[in-house]
Order: sequence, then structure tokens, then C-alpha cells
Amino acid sequence: MISLSTMLRPIATFGRYLQLMAKVFSRPERMRMYWKQYVKELQQLGVDSIGIVLMISFFIGAVICIQMKVNIQSPWMPRFTTGYTTREILLLEFSSSIMCLILSGKVGSNIASELGTMRVTQQIDALDIMGVNSASFLILPKILGLVTMTPVLVTFSIVAGLGGAYAISMAGILTAEDLTYGLQHSFNQWYIWMSIIKSLFFAFIIASVSSFYGYTVEGGSVEVGRASTDSVVHCSMLILFADIFLTQLLS
Amino acid sequence: MIELRHITKTFADRQVLAGISATFQGGQTSLIIGRSGSGKTVLMKCIVGLLTPTSGHVLYDGRDFLAMDKHERARLRREVGMIFQSAALFDSMSVMDNVMFPLDMFSAMTLRDRQRRARQCLDRVNLSEAGHKRPSELSGGMQKRAAIARAIALDPKYLFCDEPNSGLDPKTSLVIDELLHGITHEYNMTTIINTHDMNSVMGIGENIIFIYEGQKEWQGVSADIMGSTNKRLTDFIFASDLLKEMRQALTEK
Repeated sequence: MISLSTMLRPIATFGRYLQLMAKVFSRPERMRMYWKQYVKELQQLGVDSIGIVLMISFFIGAVICIQMKVNIQSPWMPRFTTGYTTREILLLEFSSSIMCLILSGKVGSNIASELGTMRVTQQIDALDIMGVNSASFLILPKILGLVTMTPVLVTFSIVAGLGGAYAISMAGILTAEDLTYGLQHSFNQWYIWMSIIKSLFFAFIIASVSSFYGYTVEGGSVEVGRASTDSVVHCSMLILFADIFLTQLLS
Repeated sequence: MIELRHITKTFADRQVLAGISATFQGGQTSLIIGRSGSGKTVLMKCIVGLLTPTSGHVLYDGRDFLAMDKHERARLRREVGMIFQSAALFDSMSVMDNVMFPLDMFSAMTLRDRQRRARQCLDRVNLSEAGHKRPSELSGGMQKRAAIARAIALDPKYLFCDEPNSGLDPKTSLVIDELLHGITHEYNMTTIINTHDMNSVMGIGENIIFIYEGQKEWQGVSADIMGSTNKRLTDFIFASDLLKEMRQALTEK
């Protein structure tokens, strides 16, 4: 039988998350130092993720194109269907939601383990003793950095995914003309904005939830590892959960 | 001067500190000693504000730390330096940047003055050549010295050290002890050191507090320890048979 304290644990965790966020969004003490941290996070969380985003998106774009050609294309369907469906999948789901799920694995675990290690090696205590608002100083630049960079990564992902689809057309599986026509057919610009708006929410989830798990670690290396895993699991669940609402809201 | 008045700390139903009162004078190296688990670290965390005591008062030159609001605490913390057991250097920064950090964060100095001050601090701990290195490239003793340099960068009035000699060989421990003792007098700081290193106790202990199961059991200076009749203290100090024999031989002489 599940005890009351077990049932209340998610509420308590959410309460601690909100308390931490209240500390994070308090007024920065020395803007120059925050700016320095922000630029560092842009590099660490965003620029360093460009490679993996391009690579995964290129191959997934190519695979989606092949799957659409093999499984959907038939003499009864227009020839542009493959390009059309590839575009819709990339724009509507892959480059925002699935890309952010992948980012939650790379960036989320990175944030949780970095902050967790800082906690167990007393580096966060050292900041607190100095009178620095450690939560704000460490977490705010990460949230802002990832929220700034994720739309860029999403755009790169869309472009790389379409590049992958064109690579398939060059291999002769479908013609570039059909693919281009399909990609342009009934194009709705709002889908790009939808993708970017969704990614902003997902970026906030990844940075804040991972930071929460890392910042609140207690113990040693085992707990840091557990926090890193927990952050990825919870970020993924929250992204998928938020995706349902955002898709309904923005469609 | 730091004054503790009846500090108690309870975790769930376990009392870790039971009404500790003590005074730590400025310009003096005070040591808190006791067995592992006696409550030394909890006491230090209560003094610096990393933990909130269940009851009692911590007075920094008459200012009650626990009665202060967030801003007053932040201001006071700029007068505090702390050296952690693990050194706690920021491993994403170079040693120089670590020492510069409190200056960058809180001082109104120009960049050139901040760099000059950081170099001064590194010179003081004999690490002037290691400024460009990362903390992971330093030995344990060098990391502790870098942590001391960072702690004194803002010229603090109060310095706290949590087991500064743990993991260091006896010779390096002596260097750290002498350094801490030297800067305490140089800057006229109130220095409190948590330790169970008997070399530190005998070498630099100007005011020693012995904690036993969360209570202050004994207070004195290093010269008094040898002649103390407090059984718990002597059991702690002369824990090994060799030390007991040495003490007996000294007493017989």
C-alpha cells in the first residue's frame, strides 16, 4: 500500500522546485559576472551541441524521407507526398520535440552532473559563504543560455533534416523536383514559429529541471549519477507532457 | 570577535549540538577539536550560516547573525573567508581566476587593481607561479594554499577553516598551519579552525575548544592540554598507546 508521504512526495518536490526558481529569478548582484557566465553557457550548452544536432537531424531527415517513400508512396498518391510528409514531421515534431528530448539527454545530464559535482565538492557552499546567490549565479545563465540557443538549434535541425532528405533524392530514391515540390506544397509558415515557440518551453524545462536535480544533490558521486539520470527521465516526461498541451494550444 | 551563545542543533529527533557557548577573539587562532561525529562541522556550519541553529545566537562583533535580514547577511559574508576540507576551488576556472572571483564579484576596484591584489594573495601563499593552472593540476597542499589566497582576497575579518590539513602529509600540514597562523596575526582576523590534527593543536592553538558529543567539554590553550585531567580530552588526545607512553614518560620526568 502506498503511504501518504509517498503520494505527497511529488508535490513536495514541485514545491522545492518553485522555491529554487524564486531564488534563481531574484535580482542579479553583479551584471558583468552574470553576462560572463551567460556567454560561457551559450558556448557550453548551445554552440557545443550544434554538431550533434546537425548530425542526428541529417540522418533522421534522410530516414524519414526513405520511410515515407517506401511506406506511403503508392501509384494512388501524388509524387510530392514524400516531401510533404517529411517536411511536416520535421517541422511539427522532430526538430522541436524530439530534438529537445535528445538535448535533454546531452545538455540536461551535463547540467545536473556539473551542479551536482559542485554541490558535493562544496563549491556551491563556497559561493554561499562569499555572499553570492549561488542559485541565481549558477542557474539563471544556464536557463537564459539554453532558451537563447534552442531556437537556433531547432532552425539548424530543420535545415539539416531537409538536407538529409535531399541527400536521399541525390541517391536516386526520389527526384529532387518531387521532393522540392512536396516541401513547398501547402507550406504554412506558422509551423516554423510553432516549432520555435515549443522549443522555448522545452529549453526552460531542460535547464530548470536539470539544474534543480543537480543543485539539490546530497551525498557523493552515486547521488550525482542518480541526479543526472533523474533529470533526464523527468525532463523527457515533462517535455512529452508539455508537448501535448502546446501542440493543442498552438495548432 | 565571534561569540556563541547556547547554540543547539537538532536533526529530526537527534540533538547534535547541546547549548554550546564560546568566545573567539580577534587576532587569535582558535581551534575546535573533537572526534569525528562530535559536532565540530555542524557547529562551524551554524557559525557561518550554512545551517540554522535550532536555538542560540551567533554574534559577529556584537551583530547577531541569526537576527539579520538577507541583505545584512550578504554584507557580513563579504567579511568572511572560508577554507573547506576539499578546498572547494572552482574547477572551471584557473587559480588566478579563483582568487579574482570574490574581487570581481564584490569589489569596486579597477581590473588592474584586482589583478594586483590577486597576485599579492598568491604571492603570500607562495603560489605566484601557479596562477595560470587549473585546480586539478595542483597538489592537495597547493589547492589548500590557493583556497587560502581566495579566502583572504577581500581582506576578511573572520576566517573559517574546516579540517584544512585533511589528506595532507605532516610537513605540508605544518606549512598550512603556519600560513593560517601567520595571516591571522597579519590581518588581525578572528580565525576558527576545525581539526583533529594534534600537530595543529600543539603548534598554533591559542584558544582550543574540545567538543564531546555535541557539548563543550573543555576550553584552554595548547600548553594546558598536556596537564589536563579531563579524561575525555586525554582519551582523545592520547588515543594511541605510543602517545600514552610518551605522556607517561613526560609526567615521570
